[in-house]
Order: sequence, then C-alpha cells, then structure tokens
Amino acid sequence: MNSFSYTRASNVASAVRAVTADRDAVFIAGGTNLIDLMKENVARPPHLVDITRLPLNRIEELPNGGLRLGALVTNADTAYNAAVERRYPILSRAILAGASPQLRNMATNGGNLLQRTRCYYFYDTATPCNKRDPGAGCSAINGFNRIHAILGTSDQCIAVHPSDMCVALAALEAVVHVTGTNGDRTIPLAEFHRLPGDTPHIDTNLRTDEIITSIDLPPKGFADHYAYLKLRDRTSYAFALVSVAAALEMHGDTITETRLALGGVAHKPWRNLDAEGMLNGIRATKDHFEAVGETIIRSAHGFGHNTFKIELARRAVVRALQQAARVGRKS
Amino acid sequence: MDTASGTKIAAGVSAALSGTSAITLIINGRPVNLDVAPWTTLLDALREYVGLTGTKKGCDHGQCGACTVLVDGRRINSCLTLAIMKDGATLTTIEGLAENGALHPLQQAFIDHDAFQCGYCTPGQICSAVGMLSEGRARTPDDIRELMSGNICRCGAYVNIVAAIQQVMKAAEGSVTP
Repeated sequence: MNSFSYTRASNVASAVRAVTADRDAVFIAGGTNLIDLMKENVARPPHLVDITRLPLNRIEELPNGGLRLGALVTNADTAYNAAVERRYPILSRAILAGASPQLRNMATNGGNLLQRTRCYYFYDTATPCNKRDPGAGCSAINGFNRIHAILGTSDQCIAVHPSDMCVALAALEAVVHVTGTNGDRTIPLAEFHRLPGDTPHIDTNLRTDEIITSIDLPPKGFADHYAYLKLRDRTSYAFALVSVAAALEMHGDTITETRLALGGVAHKPWRNLDAEGMLNGIRATKDHFEAVGETIIRSAHGFGHNTFKIELARRAVVRALQQAARVGRKS
Repeated sequence: MDTASGTKIAAGVSAALSGTSAITLIINGRPVNLDVAPWTTLLDALREYVGLTGTKKGCDHGQCGACTVLVDGRRINSCLTLAIMKDGATLTTIEGLAENGALHPLQQAFIDHDAFQCGYCTPGQICSAVGMLSEGRARTPDDIRELMSGNICRCGAYVNIVAAIQQVMKAAEGSVTP
C-alpha cells in the first residue's frame, strides 16, 4: 500500500469541507473495497478522511411510513434490522446474498453504493482499462469477459456494478440523500449509478464534494410477494453472474404492480419499465413471465464469454417472478 | 512519536497525520499502546507490533478469512482494517479465547473433531465461529455453512469444522454432545 495522510472527521460539515479543500482526499468508512483497491495499487489516494465516527449510524422511521437507513449503518445491521426484515425482506435477502459475514460487519450502506467494479482488468494495473485510466482502452471487450455486462454497455467499458444490495434498492425505488458544498439533495437510486458511455471512469452521479447521509426506503416494501434470486459460480460468497430482485403487488392471482431489477448484467442495477408494465392487471402465469423475460433481454448483447448471460437472465427473470408470486400466498 | 503535520486543521477534522501516531487498543483484556502509520493494517499491527502471530495473513484481500478477529465483539477481516481507525476499540484474537488455562469450547471442539489439517486457517475459523454464535443466526448445518463461508479451508476440513461448531451449539442448548 502507498503511504497517505489521515484525518478523522467529527461532523458531516467538516467532512465535506475536508474533501472540498483537498480534491485528492477520499472518504473511508468500512474500507472493505477501498483498502483492497489501495493494496492493488488501483486506488492511490494521498489523503483519507475517516468518516466512521459521524452520526449517520442509525435506522429511523420516516413520517411517511418509510425507513431511513443511515449511510454508516453496516450491511449486517441493516439486513438483520427487525423493521427491514419484516417490511423490506427483499433488501435483507439481497444484502445477505452478498460478501461474507465478516465483510458485512464492516461494509456500510453508503460504501455499498460506491463500491467499484470487480472487472479483472480494472484490478490488473498491467492491462489497459478506461475506467482506471481514461483513454487507455478496454481489455475486457475482446478479452476474458465471462463476468461482464450484456446491457447498457459502451465501446469503452463493459464492467458491471457488483452490488446485491443496490439491486434490491432499485426495485424498492430507494432515494439517496446526500450533502455537499451546495447543500442537501436527493438522488433516486435509478439515477445514482451511471452507464459507462464515454466516461466509464465516473461510476455515479455523486459529486466529489458530496457525502451520502442516508438511503430512504419508501413505505411500500413488497413484503408479501418478493424474491431475490442470485445465480453464481458457487452458492455462497461469490459475485452474481445474474441476479434478479422481483417484487409484486397482487390481488388474488392478478398482478397490480411489478418491480424488477437485475444485477450482474450492467454498469448499474438494470430496470426496464416497459417490461414491468407488461404485467399490470395480468394473471401471474409462467407464459406472461416469459414475455417479460424476452422483453428485458431484447436489447442485450454478449461479448463471447458472457453471451450465456443473455439466456440466463431471461430464465432468471421468469424464475424470480414465479417465486415472488408464490411467496406469502395463502394456499 | 506523534508527528501530526497539521497542514489543514479545520474545525471538526483532526490534524492530518502522515507519520506514526499513538493509539490504544484493548487486546484480549489488556490495553496496548502502539505507534502506527496510517497505512498499517490491524492485521500487521497485531502480528508485527504486538507479536500476536496467531492471527494469520492469508490472502490479505478479505477473501480467505484467516485474519478474522473480533472487534467490539464482532468478527471482521483485520487485513482490510486500518489500525488507526480502531483507536480505543476492544479486540479479541485467538490468543484471548482460552480462560484460566482452559480452552474455549470451540477450540476444544476443533480438537475433538479434528477440524483442521495444516491449521493455518484455524484461528480465523474459530474467531469467526465465536462471532457467528454470538450473532445467534445459525440454526442448521446449512446455516453454519452459509455463515462460515467467509473462511476458506484449502485442506477441505469443512465437514469436521461444521461438526465442531454443532457440538458447541448443542452444548449451549443443554443437550447431549455427540
């Protein structure tokens, strides 16, 4: 690891000032991704601002019936929080599908949103990577790309966002609260992460002088009909090849609202509102789910090693919707 | 040696530290004062500065679990933790589990079930299992396998590791151990 200087912030305003005064300064919280990247020489921040002692470590009820997840609450404390387990079980399931118990005890909610891709070439400083070194070229497009994206790619980058938590947050339509030099603002989760386009080095729409303070969950938690399906090379402690968060509102056998988000397939949690809309007012049958799966993969494009993901994603959508339709059904 | 350079001291932010700074860790019940650079990991501080080499460096990237210790009662990967960020924290390492010369029940269970071959992952496995049992989420052998998945054993002693942990869980429930 390269040497760096270190400060500890005691309030949010001073943390913002610290990264505003020094544009090369970087926040550190759980450290599970950043320290790894620093050891790999991918991240070389000259200055770290420790934000772990900021008062952003609570889960609170919101007046509208939603739930506020503090940015510094650990992934483990979020997944095992009684209100999250009861009202937002899809989020609990998604978090527990990711990483290991030790990492979930360290990693924070804000950090989960900001984790970087696990693309092999991004991690390997001996190979060109547009995300690490803009303009250098992408080694994955014609390289070993088994884990890479099939949707929303560009000719500059085919990396995927590795989070499970964010896939569930996308389905729940969570809202990210941030604070910066220009004050507070909110970013819907769907707009938080970016597609690579011609600026793949920029992962999110968070500005460099901003800090995440909370992730707010809307009142609707889809606790009766949900599924988080994660497909991967081994059944624990591996990143998703494809994952699907499926959440349904149902009246009897009829679907009244659908939320679908896919992980492991794009540079951000992938939603397709047209596909979701196909199920409104429709009976929950496999045929209808197949049509949704077909619609989602219609614009998918494989790069060789990852082409299997197209059919895998289609089938995963169908299976997740079937599971969601069954969960909570009183038979 | 406190070498705060203090280049940018603003309200609410401590002085910028680039040399070593003094921290205190409560390790296995004893306060330990250390001078650490910002980039010293908790794992390196334990092994190189405190001389507690029971905690192992495996992958050094949070993937194998050999470095697992308990910080304020919770299991974490010490290789992905900066020592300076844990100033004031309470740590338990494998060296701190035995009490008054008696092995911790999990240590004894690992011996009873021959839950290792080379033993390199064992301190991390045992610290992780201590953390898992205090989390109280494991009920079945499948739960144990899932919640111990952050600890890799390249000798493949998993079957006996699960059996050892089950023995301690059963003893805690007051039923007869196998």
